[in-house]
Amino acid sequence: MTVCYKKTQNNPSSNFTDKITHILLFISPWLRGTQHIRCTQSCTSFQELLKLEIIAYKSEHKYGILRKNKVQHKHTEHLCLLFFVFQEKQYVGFATLPNQVHRKSVKKGFDFTLMVAGESGMGKSTLVNSLFLTDLYKDRKLLNAEERINQTVEIIKHTVDIEEKGVKLKLTIVDTPGFGDAVNNNECWKPITDYIDQQFEQYFRDESGLNRKNIQDNRVHCCLYFIPPFGHGLRPVDVEFMKALHEKVNIIPLIAKADCLTPNEIKKLKDRIREEIDKFGIKVYQFPECDSDEDEEFKQLDKELKECTPFAVIGSNTVVEARGQRVRGRLYPWGIVEVENQSHCDFVKLRNMLIRSHMHDLKDVTCDVHYENYRAQCIQEMTRYVRNESDNRMESPIPILPLSTPDVDTEKLIKMKDEELKRMQEMLNKMQQQMHDKEQ
Amino acid sequence: STAFVQWVGEKTPISDTSYVGIDAILEQMRRKAMKQGFEFNVMVVGQSGLGKSTLMNTLFKSKVSRKSVQPNVEERIPKTVEIKSVSHDVEEKGVRMKLTVIDTPGFGDQINNENCWQPIMKFINDQYESYLQEEININRKKRIPDSRVHCCIYFIPPTGHCLRPLDVEFMRHLSKVVNIVPVIAKADTLTLEERDSFKKTIREELRANGIDVYPQKEFDEDAEDRMINDKIREMTPFAVVGSDQEYQVNGKRILGRKTKWGTIEVENIAHCEFAYLRDLLIRTHMQNIKDITCSIHYETYRVRRLNESNILFTSNPPDHPAVQPKANGQPEEQPATPQPNGVAAQHEALSHEM
Repeated sequence: MTVCYKKTQNNPSSNFTDKITHILLFISPWLRGTQHIRCTQSCTSFQELLKLEIIAYKSEHKYGILRKNKVQHKHTEHLCLLFFVFQEKQYVGFATLPNQVHRKSVKKGFDFTLMVAGESGMGKSTLVNSLFLTDLYKDRKLLNAEERINQTVEIIKHTVDIEEKGVKLKLTIVDTPGFGDAVNNNECWKPITDYIDQQFEQYFRDESGLNRKNIQDNRVHCCLYFIPPFGHGLRPVDVEFMKALHEKVNIIPLIAKADCLTPNEIKKLKDRIREEIDKFGIKVYQFPECDSDEDEEFKQLDKELKECTPFAVIGSNTVVEARGQRVRGRLYPWGIVEVENQSHCDFVKLRNMLIRSHMHDLKDVTCDVHYENYRAQCIQEMTRYVRNESDNRMESPIPILPLSTPDVDTEKLIKMKDEELKRMQEMLNKMQQQMHDKEQ
Repeated sequence: STAFVQWVGEKTPISDTSYVGIDAILEQMRRKAMKQGFEFNVMVVGQSGLGKSTLMNTLFKSKVSRKSVQPNVEERIPKTVEIKSVSHDVEEKGVRMKLTVIDTPGFGDQINNENCWQPIMKFINDQYESYLQEEININRKKRIPDSRVHCCIYFIPPTGHCLRPLDVEFMRHLSKVVNIVPVIAKADTLTLEERDSFKKTIREELRANGIDVYPQKEFDEDAEDRMINDKIREMTPFAVVGSDQEYQVNGKRILGRKTKWGTIEVENIAHCEFAYLRDLLIRTHMQNIKDITCSIHYETYRVRRLNESNILFTSNPPDHPAVQPKANGQPEEQPATPQPNGVAAQHEALSHEM
């Protein structure tokens, strides 16, 4: 038996949970064994779902939510809930584990660090404002050409707390003004790579330290790199920058200010850039593969996403009137560019990917791949330092050196050093004793 | 047949100009958690015959205990305490979990039970050690397999009087390294009044001996937690009855024990507190139990180990002794000379400490 319940976004019902409970209790006498009820409700908040699940578990008939699907249906989004009725015997209850985890995460909140890099005037700040619906750059003063002559690449952090539907996000934007602006841009990415490494090092120290209760994760989770639309593909500075960073951070290349290109030009440029990325061996962020058990629609969206990279984006700080609605856009004499119109640019794809579907994966790849590589390198360098140390004093910069997989050489060396230390200590004691005797 | 119920409101535009979508990260996390699955390791401690295996089977509604896995092994009391782990992959509504039940046959069964808790303490510390070793590895696994004991259910025999010296000894030593959930076993021998007075006595004795059982007061995170946990603390230890036999009562099939004077329904809260234990352990506090193990008990162990291994690497002793949380209330000896054998050697000495 299928029961469909539809409710639209502008009609948030505080009685939603009551309604569902009522329906369930009403038809439950007719349910035998395992049957399912499908309830659709559009744009519910996660909190509501959690509440509903708790009610379902507490009710006599032990309902539970098997699967949540997001279904795009015409003008609204539906969230599909599939309930299963379990006979008491089989039901243990650890299926609430994901919710227990979530409850903790919701309390704690999330954090995300996003870096933006590219020459001045590529629309980085505007895009960030459009993505997160904030105004992070209110009091910014733009430098003129003269002032920029002696400017070096700076690293500036902006932090903003965003809350939506009960979920808290501490967003940090790392800006890189000055990148690529000088006459001689040799190694202009060095301050950026240094910054990223510093964050890794800080995390490494914290993680190896004694008190790990409140480690702050300042590692850069993602770097949006803005490629100018004016050229014919990647320039040398683009290639060198991406190659310097591709093993330290997730790079997502974007075609900036895409409203100066026609659809054909965009397609050609994208193809060209993808080719060059392959040719130069640049490892940009790869979207993870879809599971085989995902629904077709999800797989289709995923495929489209992958074929669309690099995203051609437009940002805007202004709201204009288009087709009877107020939207973010840019007003030109020949028409209005709408930022969130998918036929105008890939902004929506970028936002959905960055925030709504891959934010967690970006963090995971940073932790599991980039950070682990840094850490492994760091440790290997330290053990090399121990090996080369001809001095007698041996102090490790961090509280513990991993010895679980030492090579035999290192262990022997450590043993030798320890014996040396012991001998020196004995000699010192003898000398002190001799001096003491002399004095008497 | 389809019954279509529709409450229709205004049509909303697809462009959501005021919605970023950061709450979607919860769904992303859930997806990942579902893919990865969960782990839960629970230890059962108590004299033989207190119904430990049956209770495990009842809790997880399937044969997860050691006895069920090796049904033909003769029941005999081992000469020393043994540690036997049995793992099962269970699934419910798409959530997969690797459940490990750690049994401790021989505990409290000897004539002389002095220090019978030591092998258990060693086992728990061994799990912390192997996690630590994996964590400090150079090329460590993406997801370190978690064999740490998350929860230890301690079975108190239903004497109705008070805790025995063995109970106090065990819980005093182990409550500092693992989450202990004490239960009154085979509670169908106690009337409700006897049960309540027994529980009160137990709670008082725990307090008098400074034993903090789960949920520990000092780890309540906020007022909401404290409120929920206070209610639980007023009820510990839970008086439980286990069963894997089904009977028909009032038209429903329930788990229970049938006697001449009536049928005890395991999941009926009027009969025993099994349902509360199950809810606590599985439905509401499982993640919290794991969190306390990871972020408090394990960290305490880790800090202690780090401070020890620091002795190896600085040629002068530290100016002031580092703060070392004691696992068992005993002072620890600082070795006079650094030992060149690496971190592993120290561990052997400590785990047998009294």
